Amino acid sequence: MMANEKFADFLHRYATVIILVIPLILIALVVYLLDQVVLQRIVIVMFINLIMVLALQMFTGNSGVVSFGHIAFMGIAAYASALLSMTPAAKAAALRSGYPLIEQLHLPFIPALVGGALFTALFAAVIGFPLVRLSGSAAVIATFALLVIVHTVLLNWSEVTNGPRIIFGIEGLTTLWITVVIGLLSVITAFWFKETSLGLQLRASREDEQAAASIGINIIIVRWVAFFLSAFIAGLAGGLWAHFITIFSPVAFYLVQTFLIITMLIVGGMGSVSGAVVGTLTITAIFEGLRAIENTVNMANLLPGSLAGFTEVLLATALIVLLIRRPAGITGGKEIRLPKRWTRPKPQKEQV
Amino acid sequence: MEAWTQILQFLINALSLGGLYALMALGLALVYSILRLVNFAYGELVMVGGYTLLVVGQVANIPWLIVAAIAIFAAVVASVLLERIAFRPVRHASPNTMLITSFAVSALLQNAALLLISPRTKAVRIPSFFIENINLGGLLIAKSNIITMVVSLALLGLLTLFLTRTIMGSALRAAADDFVMTQLLGIRANQVIATAFAISGGLAGVVSLFWIGRSGSVVPHIGLTPVLIAFVALVIGGMGSLTGAVIGGYTLAFVTVTLNTLLPQGLLEFRQAFVFGIVILVLLFRPQGLISGMQSTERL
Repeated sequence: MMANEKFADFLHRYATVIILVIPLILIALVVYLLDQVVLQRIVIVMFINLIMVLALQMFTGNSGVVSFGHIAFMGIAAYASALLSMTPAAKAAALRSGYPLIEQLHLPFIPALVGGALFTALFAAVIGFPLVRLSGSAAVIATFALLVIVHTVLLNWSEVTNGPRIIFGIEGLTTLWITVVIGLLSVITAFWFKETSLGLQLRASREDEQAAASIGINIIIVRWVAFFLSAFIAGLAGGLWAHFITIFSPVAFYLVQTFLIITMLIVGGMGSVSGAVVGTLTITAIFEGLRAIENTVNMANLLPGSLAGFTEVLLATALIVLLIRRPAGITGGKEIRLPKRWTRPKPQKEQV
Repeated sequence: MEAWTQILQFLINALSLGGLYALMALGLALVYSILRLVNFAYGELVMVGGYTLLVVGQVANIPWLIVAAIAIFAAVVASVLLERIAFRPVRHASPNTMLITSFAVSALLQNAALLLISPRTKAVRIPSFFIENINLGGLLIAKSNIITMVVSLALLGLLTLFLTRTIMGSALRAAADDFVMTQLLGIRANQVIATAFAISGGLAGVVSLFWIGRSGSVVPHIGLTPVLIAFVALVIGGMGSLTGAVIGGYTLAFVTVTLNTLLPQGLLEFRQAFVFGIVILVLLFRPQGLISGMQSTERL
């Protein structure tokens, strides 16, 4: 009886993670077994986007403060991890006037990935300490300003980024399984973070800043910790992306990518981890479907012009309709759970 | 003599750029002050004006001023339509929802232009007085600078008259201060908001004339820089204050022209980073901006 109740309690608490993780593993397995390059690339990008969306969910979903700055973190980590993993020879070829210290560094993939993410988290911690004091529109504009500043610096700091030109010579070290494992770990981390005392305090501050402060929550500190933790995860996404694409320029980390990631989070519902996963899967499915149509039409030369922008137009329209009809997203900001009668939560326990 | 002409040149540059920036900021501020909506799609209204200039300008034998009037009108219509179709249904949702909606509208319009017109830069017919210079005792001044300066000052004057001397203008200012109270006093919300969007669109249309006059061409992402400038001016001047937006626009122009003059060549390309750095500093140290409106931004 006791064991049974414990199991029910466990199910009630962690069913969401299991429900989210199993389909993701299945998708990865199917794609792995099908062994088609194009499909694998789509799924790798999907998992990288998922990690990005989860990073944004950790901060924005729990704190209610919209951040436009997370794509900047992705960009910083992409360059940082690439500079760590590239061979000195490749760096000498790609960056004509690199600094000697950076040029000598050469790390294996995983340390470079984690190093890039750590550097990004450090950057976010420094820049975030003043920034997290802002809420609402002010926070949106400040993080947007951060995005513009980082973009301008990436675009012009030729010694480190090769300026507006592409950076090349990065090895394609990102594999399907590394991405999937980090993706699943991110799902678990985001869920765990939400349920920690810190996550709970952060969610309280989202609902009512004054009330949260009145019961002794230090909003600045909890937001700050969430900010640099989520920047770390965004940094992992950036590093994975850099070693997957292997050739890119700063334009990759600007408004188009920002729009995509925010759309995924909003469509799923930013209040929950389930929302992040559902949003990423839905938008990827729609996006790839439309892209396929666009390519077919372009290839067949049915129309006089090209269909560039077609996918984005439909995606933006879908987003507007969704925002009008269901502003809290597909999941409504709630986690996917097992039906109550399966898990039988103890009646005396209060739901928070 | 040399220093004197340089100072005059600097002042004319700053004042003409300031007038343009003030118009951009005011268009954004009108909507923000009433709805607390940072309208990302404002830049796409400039784009609508630009493409109207392109398309109507291709039809021969229409005087440029009429083409310009049609472009402004198109931006007004687009602005009012956007309010009706996209923003009104989410008006009562959270500010974040409205913000994301405007972001989506912006992406929609930009990609529609990409799809339906062309992803490439298109040259727009510009009247010759936009390109000519005047020689004032050894001082070369672009006519377009003087036109921008005069037109923006005249428009700001007209708008001030409208906002202070008409009932709708008073209603707009009242709504900017306290929208709920204004509604309780019997002012129709839909009318006030539609008017704000119409004026905002009109300003975007005027901005598009000068903005495209400067580059002579139009691309789908032409609205990005104007909307960024308007944001910055809005923040510096004080979010929610209409006077603040104008002052913010002029301040930003003076800062920009000063940075252009003073920054060494190597740092010039980082100018945008400096400007947005100022934005963050203002938000942190003086969140109410230079002029504090009734609803200032808050900081923990």
